[in-house]
Amino acid sequence: MKPPHFNVSPYSTTSSFSSEGCCVSLRNVGLNIGERTILKDITHVFPGGKWTCLLGKSGIGKSMLLRAVLGLLSSPGRENVQCTGDLHMDHPGGVHRAAAYMAQQDLLLPWLSVRENITLGAKIRGLNLSVSDHDRANRLLEMVGLSDRMNDLPNSLSGGMRQRAALARTLWENRPVIVMDEPFSALDALTRMHIQDLASDLLDGKTVIMVTHDPIEAVRVADEIVLLEGTPVTLSQPIPVTTSRPRSLDDANVFKLQKQVINRLMSENANVQTRD
Amino acid sequence: MFRPAIRFSSVGVAILVMWHLIVIITDVPPYILPGPIAVLNAVLAHTGVLMENALVTIIEILAGVMLGVLIGGATALSMVYFRPVHGWLMPVLVTSQAIPVFALAPLLTLWLGYGLASKICMATLIIYFPVTATFYDGLRRTEPGWIDLARTMGGSSLSILRHVRLPAALPAAASGIRVALAVAPIGAVVGEWVGSSKGLGYLMLHANARLQIDLMFAALLVLAVTGLVFYFAFDVAARRVLAWQPQ
Repeated sequence: MKPPHFNVSPYSTTSSFSSEGCCVSLRNVGLNIGERTILKDITHVFPGGKWTCLLGKSGIGKSMLLRAVLGLLSSPGRENVQCTGDLHMDHPGGVHRAAAYMAQQDLLLPWLSVRENITLGAKIRGLNLSVSDHDRANRLLEMVGLSDRMNDLPNSLSGGMRQRAALARTLWENRPVIVMDEPFSALDALTRMHIQDLASDLLDGKTVIMVTHDPIEAVRVADEIVLLEGTPVTLSQPIPVTTSRPRSLDDANVFKLQKQVINRLMSENANVQTRD
Repeated sequence: MFRPAIRFSSVGVAILVMWHLIVIITDVPPYILPGPIAVLNAVLAHTGVLMENALVTIIEILAGVMLGVLIGGATALSMVYFRPVHGWLMPVLVTSQAIPVFALAPLLTLWLGYGLASKICMATLIIYFPVTATFYDGLRRTEPGWIDLARTMGGSSLSILRHVRLPAALPAAASGIRVALAVAPIGAVVGEWVGSSKGLGYLMLHANARLQIDLMFAALLVLAVTGLVFYFAFDVAARRVLAWQPQ
């Protein structure tokens, strides 16, 4: 058995953190849980400052790929998890200082107020909030429209408000890379559209890696769409989307692209069924 | 807040009335079952003695709960953070439950003497397992997403423990402490029965031997009221601290 090794390169050797954003590269990343191969030889570069959507059916390993990007795979107490390969981010602080995480569940801590949740990172890192930190929190609360609810507990908020608070918390971390795992899929259609627009606006210039199972969401907000196919999973060539975000669904090009993506996913599904 | 108080007092009054009726209807002699009025009279007549002994029992209960919660909490934490500890400690814990704590009472008196120590040890032992089990469950069931989030924020495992896992385990800890408060008096009183010179358990045995059945019931009543006061005081405090919990 190979010993687990997952090199999280702390420093860039290829390029420094530039105005084009922080690019994230995976080289030969593999993941085994017990006897099962989840990821094998994944090599991909997520371009800096762009929004990449990873699209694939559920259970294919999308979330595991994100955990690899976040450096969360080698968790203590999970001896049967084996990771191989390299993860590199063009950021002097390494992975744990470069990426902020937003999940499908808002993950707001129910005992902290909305405001305390947004600045949670400082508390976790054992830092006191500076005046500018407070200002930043206030500005973000205003941007996501929660200024009047900042002292409330999360349980008193609606699903959309909670996810907006989670978005503000992600932004407050002020990281160049944003990793999102189906962040809007638990919301109703209208709320989802609204928060997609908001996120598209606020996350401009960041390197966003978002997993979704919703092709419509992908074509609305992505700069690049990558399809996840097969077992163990492989990544397709990126499908570029060049028009400006967020896109309206009645745009003819968007409609065409959406159809193309859905067809591709459907044929993948059919292949799997005939193989089975 | 108000309604439970009304419900409790009306149930209490109903029990007293029934008790009174049973005594009148069956005409049972007072040395077998004294009526509620006789017991209340005994409480008034022996207030000094009752309070003095109640204080001893209360100290035993509170010290037992505090020690049990501290040791149980520490055990639960070490089981969560050091997996080998869990593997080795769990069988020991479960086996220890196979020995009735009551059977240990004479031994504890032999080892620790007639004073407070043996009773505090009894109370601690009797609550140790339920407290450890609820704390452990609470710590283990922390939403894994919260821990992932805190790790991406650059948290050390100590700061994740302090800011995420411990607060998240508080509701479970509160139910563990609630059980402890209800069970600890049993340990204290059994300890007093086996060998002591103070405390409500001692007073009950003493009164029983002298056929002062009304005093025995009075001690029992004081014990019950003490238990209720502890339980409700804790309940009110826990509700305030855990107001964030969805009801």
